[in-house]
Amino acid sequence: MILTNQHQASGIHDSFIELNKAITLKKLIATQSIRIENLDVYIENQHILRDINLTIPEKSITCIIGPSGCGKSTFLKTLNRMHDESPEVKISGKVFVDDENIYGSHVNVIDTRKKMGLLAQRPCPLPMSIFENVAYGPRIHGIKKRKAVNQTVIQYLQYVGLWDEVRDRVRTSATRLSIGQQQRLCLARGLAIEPEYILGDEATSALDPLSTKKIEELFVKLKEKYTIILVTHTLRQAKRIADHIIFMYLGKIIEAGPTEEFFNNPKKQLTREYLSGSFS
Amino acid sequence: MKHLEEKIFKVIMICAAIIIFGVLVYIITTVFYRGLPALSLDMITKLPGGGFYLGKEGGVLNAIVGSLYIIIGSLAISIFISVPLVMYINFYLPAKSIFSSLIRFSLDILFGIPSIVYGAFGFALMIFLGVRASLLGGILTVAMLIMPIMMRSFDEITRLLSHDLPDALLSLGATKYEMIKVILRQLMPGLVTAILLAVGRGIGDAATVLFTAGYTDNIPASLNQPAATLPLSIFFQLGSPVEEVQNRAYASAIILTVIILILSFSARYFGSKFSKHKI
Repeated sequence: MILTNQHQASGIHDSFIELNKAITLKKLIATQSIRIENLDVYIENQHILRDINLTIPEKSITCIIGPSGCGKSTFLKTLNRMHDESPEVKISGKVFVDDENIYGSHVNVIDTRKKMGLLAQRPCPLPMSIFENVAYGPRIHGIKKRKAVNQTVIQYLQYVGLWDEVRDRVRTSATRLSIGQQQRLCLARGLAIEPEYILGDEATSALDPLSTKKIEELFVKLKEKYTIILVTHTLRQAKRIADHIIFMYLGKIIEAGPTEEFFNNPKKQLTREYLSGSFS
Repeated sequence: MKHLEEKIFKVIMICAAIIIFGVLVYIITTVFYRGLPALSLDMITKLPGGGFYLGKEGGVLNAIVGSLYIIIGSLAISIFISVPLVMYINFYLPAKSIFSSLIRFSLDILFGIPSIVYGAFGFALMIFLGVRASLLGGILTVAMLIMPIMMRSFDEITRLLSHDLPDALLSLGATKYEMIKVILRQLMPGLVTAILLAVGRGIGDAATVLFTAGYTDNIPASLNQPAATLPLSIFFQLGSPVEEVQNRAYASAIILTVIILILSFSARYFGSKFSKHKI
């Protein structure tokens, strides 16, 4: 344990230092949850992610920003091993989740994905009823007792504020919900598998302002219990809800740090240009 | 000038629509005009009696039951093989796999092979195995005929499915098999369409069953007895010199059409029932 931390401290990337500048190393060890070392991702021989070294602090919201095609979504997919489905993607490096390298040889990919609740760009309800949507995750992970399933479903529907809106029609099709409700349903569905992390891939970009606000409020509420990593296109959203910002450009981490510092006092020229809107 | 182009094209489109509709109306009126007077309860409840093809009494129950046996049997076989195959090439093989394009290419070729070739192939195979013309032979040969149709059309519909659903399921920690089960619910209407296309082709085909299922005036009691089919029944009745029997051929054609209609309506009904939560 101590060895790996020393090793990590020695091979540290400057973004890593910046991200945790305010925190002492001792505290850092206690709070780190996802740690990425020398991550490179290639898709069909194109170098998409270049030498990513990073620690994502737990129980907080980390927003990844950057122009389109900079590798934000690719990065997010490496965290729950969704690249496993595409053989053209080659990954090297280590991603430690709870001190276990999820790209290690003995790791069960299902367990890794179960730790990560994913909220996609567009809500994608399963072709089932509202109830079945939330019950699906717990059921495939072995919760069979009706009472327990019912309880879980109600609990998470309440948590995302959907229960009161749908309580009299939980057995009807999930596709009849509005798109904002669908996204909250997808969040409830993801939470029902009891993950430790929540990944959001531009989770609000398809939603109207009011639904966006609801989802954002949920994220802020959720960070008490979960570590949240969001990819976002809107700087204002990052400013509103993030505790930490990671700025990526052409597959590299340019700058990372606490939100306030990042926006008020960016260190790199490229970051300043991006924040001022010179490119997007 | 542009206006003229617009008009000409519109006229061509309207003509095409009228031709298609006209042909359909012509076929249906001919069949009904000649067949309806000959259609009676006896036609669908009785077996052909002695001298049926010379104008004596009887019905085509043998062919109705035989056709249904063969289409149900061959459907069961083809669904059992098509669904796993389509799921495999779409969700297990990588998107640009050589193997999956090879399978699709072979299906396209099989799709275009005339049914008489399947009939001949089935017949040759049965001679080799020492099997007589039988219900089983008919089922297997018709299955060979309709499988490429079912697979290819189901595959086309499956390829249209967006990646969101498989991704959502996998990120919930579903295994591939659990994922497939949910995807199939979503694809149910597509599967029904594929089955209907296959039924339409399989139930109306005479060439495949000519040598392989044979023909009989009785209802087959087991898989190794020969079975009559509606297309062949129509063929034999049309070949009769007696006009009354020829009209009965048209009546049999009405029966065949109605069977296809019933099958397709019920398939649509059950398909929509299974997929009431479709996205």
